[in-house]
Amino acid sequence: MWELLRSGLAKTRQQLAAALQGVFGNRLYVDEAMFEELEEALIRADLGVGTAGSVVKAVKDRCAQDRIGDPALVLPVLQVELAARLTRAGGVLQLASRPAVLMIVGVNGSGKTTTVGKLAHRFRQEGRRVLLGATDTFRAAAIDQLEVWARRAGADLVKHAPGGDPAAVAFDAINAALARRVDVVILDTAGRMHTRSDLMQELSKVRRVVGKALPGAPHETLLVLDATTGQNALRQAEEFRAVTQLTGIALTKLDGTARGGVVVAIADQLGLPVKLVGVGERIDDLRDFDPEAFAAALFET
Amino acid sequence: MFATLSQRLQETMRRLRGRGKLTEADVAAAMREVRMALLEADVSLSVVKEFTSRVRERSVGIDVLQSLSPAQHVIKIVKEELTALLGTEVPRLQLAPAGPSVIMLVGLQGAGKTTVAGKLALHLKSQGRHPLLVAADTRRPAAIQQLQVLGERVGVPVFTQGDRVGAVPLARAALASARNEARDPVVLDTGGRLHVDDELMQELEEIKAATRPVEILLVADAMTGQEAVSVAAEFHRRLGITGVILTKLDSDTRGGAALSVRSATGAPVKFAGTGEKLDMFEVFHPDRLASRILGMGDMLTLIEKAEAAYDAEQARKLEQKLRKLDFTLEDFLDQMKQLKKMGPLDQLLDMIPGMERMRGKVDLGDSQRDLKRAEAIINSMTREERLNPHVIEGRRRRRIALGSGTRVQDVNRLLKQFDEAKKMLKHMAHLERDARRGGRLPRR
Repeated sequence: MWELLRSGLAKTRQQLAAALQGVFGNRLYVDEAMFEELEEALIRADLGVGTAGSVVKAVKDRCAQDRIGDPALVLPVLQVELAARLTRAGGVLQLASRPAVLMIVGVNGSGKTTTVGKLAHRFRQEGRRVLLGATDTFRAAAIDQLEVWARRAGADLVKHAPGGDPAAVAFDAINAALARRVDVVILDTAGRMHTRSDLMQELSKVRRVVGKALPGAPHETLLVLDATTGQNALRQAEEFRAVTQLTGIALTKLDGTARGGVVVAIADQLGLPVKLVGVGERIDDLRDFDPEAFAAALFET
Repeated sequence: MFATLSQRLQETMRRLRGRGKLTEADVAAAMREVRMALLEADVSLSVVKEFTSRVRERSVGIDVLQSLSPAQHVIKIVKEELTALLGTEVPRLQLAPAGPSVIMLVGLQGAGKTTVAGKLALHLKSQGRHPLLVAADTRRPAAIQQLQVLGERVGVPVFTQGDRVGAVPLARAALASARNEARDPVVLDTGGRLHVDDELMQELEEIKAATRPVEILLVADAMTGQEAVSVAAEFHRRLGITGVILTKLDSDTRGGAALSVRSATGAPVKFAGTGEKLDMFEVFHPDRLASRILGMGDMLTLIEKAEAAYDAEQARKLEQKLRKLDFTLEDFLDQMKQLKKMGPLDQLLDMIPGMERMRGKVDLGDSQRDLKRAEAIINSMTREERLNPHVIEGRRRRRIALGSGTRVQDVNRLLKQFDEAKKMLKHMAHLERDARRGGRLPRR
């Protein structure tokens, strides 16, 4: 099962491994220059200056404490440190309620609709009844795109005309789900920049309406994050959390890209867990996130 | 969240004043701050290293006594080098003298190619050209419909043969159709792809060979992190990028990716996408992005926005009214409308240097709501009331509050504010008149 994530992460692994090979490979002893290079390797993986610094400091302290003098033994320390930071935020998808309502949010082009399609497919494979709510009424042809995914996955779809009120679509979707005894509702919201306060307010309204239509919902609100995104991902997570009480991150486009390290910063600074990982273009290329496997895959050689 | 680079440098260099020349150690301390600022802005590490070494060379030996502030001097060098790296030329689209010029848009999934295609078509159209949009993204579900909707909105025809025709024959057919219908330029919206996807990169190479584009523009997300370099380098290696379009600059990203992309390809950034609306598309200004990367605000864009939204004729009329003191609630309403035309308040605030740190501390939503409320109140008045606010007694106040969905207190507050503004104007007018008469100080 981890084969796909591994192959998706192949490039990350190669690049980081190459970088780390340079850091650990040709050294005879642990020194300051080594830690500096280690920090740079982490920065190149988009962990950000602050998080990279704090990870390196933790590794350094650990090495000093355990009197580690062999560079080859530093790598496992680093892996454990990264995995610990990712695990601390923890988290699996909450699907116990019936229906379980998932709200998918994020900036433009992060891959929300595709993630919704893949999720729908996955839940259908698990034998659940799925209903998609086309709450992106803004982007041209977003509804058509979701319709294609609904057909592919075999899910129901609730939609209004383009330009309609997204909150109303969400309300109808949940009521339809209640009437049809659906297991999972996935709401595909319109992409919006986290700097647009008006659009963020609209999102907060959709969330409120969802909570009114079904107390306790949404059970998951996932921020879809493009793995190529740099430090701005932190701002995105902060702003979306402020209006929608995010429960986690879905990290997309992790295939072919060398990065994704910003999720360490997000887990570290905001305590938001990664719950899903998109590792390819095919409909079944969506995985649960496993911090240990992720950290291990990063450094596998 | 981030301290601006200039504040940081000022901090680092405060101790240096009056100590002769900047030593290597002083400069090294400053360069650590520069490195930090650039990395936080997502400039790629290799570019940062090259950059700081160049700035270091220029900075060592600066005469501290002569330069008013060493920090300012270093910032000046940083900014010059940044702007030079981003390109000093005014980027233009290269269009072929005869026959349809093909402009090919390429990039990763989600970078914003299809939206850019629509925006570029509108831009070309507004310059008096007759572009043709080509839906060559046959893979993403509904990509063709999306382009058709955009084409319809901007009034530009969209060439499509559905999603069963290969992208290469489709591009050829589109070119033939453009020739027949005298459409020029031809904007090709290609499918998004990963730069490591060999098969799809090959398809792009074939499209290039079949259509001989004059421009191959890489559409790049301004929020991209360290990966920007390898993406741009790979597209450049396979296709020869002639320019870059930077999208999503309306986010609060510092946009360091622009620097990475530029240094990886040598190609200039030609346009920037700055919002969801189709006219939010600007010619790229390297110096402004340099300020933004350094967190120094973007006053020029702010001034331009103000100029675009501001009607000079209206302004002149208003000034006359102010002088004659017959400024009414109607003029007040006009003012508010002009402010609104400039865009959301928080976007404007971000362009003022140093103000980005205020984000979150002032609730702009509140001010925005106040403005909206004031507008609703004035809209609920009769013309007589707007020209003569003193006729508004209790019953009218209740009616206005009801009509605008506000409370009587809100109406009262607005009228009071307006009254005070008028008093202030009167005072200013007196001051000015007195000053003209002979510079006497106003009586108290």
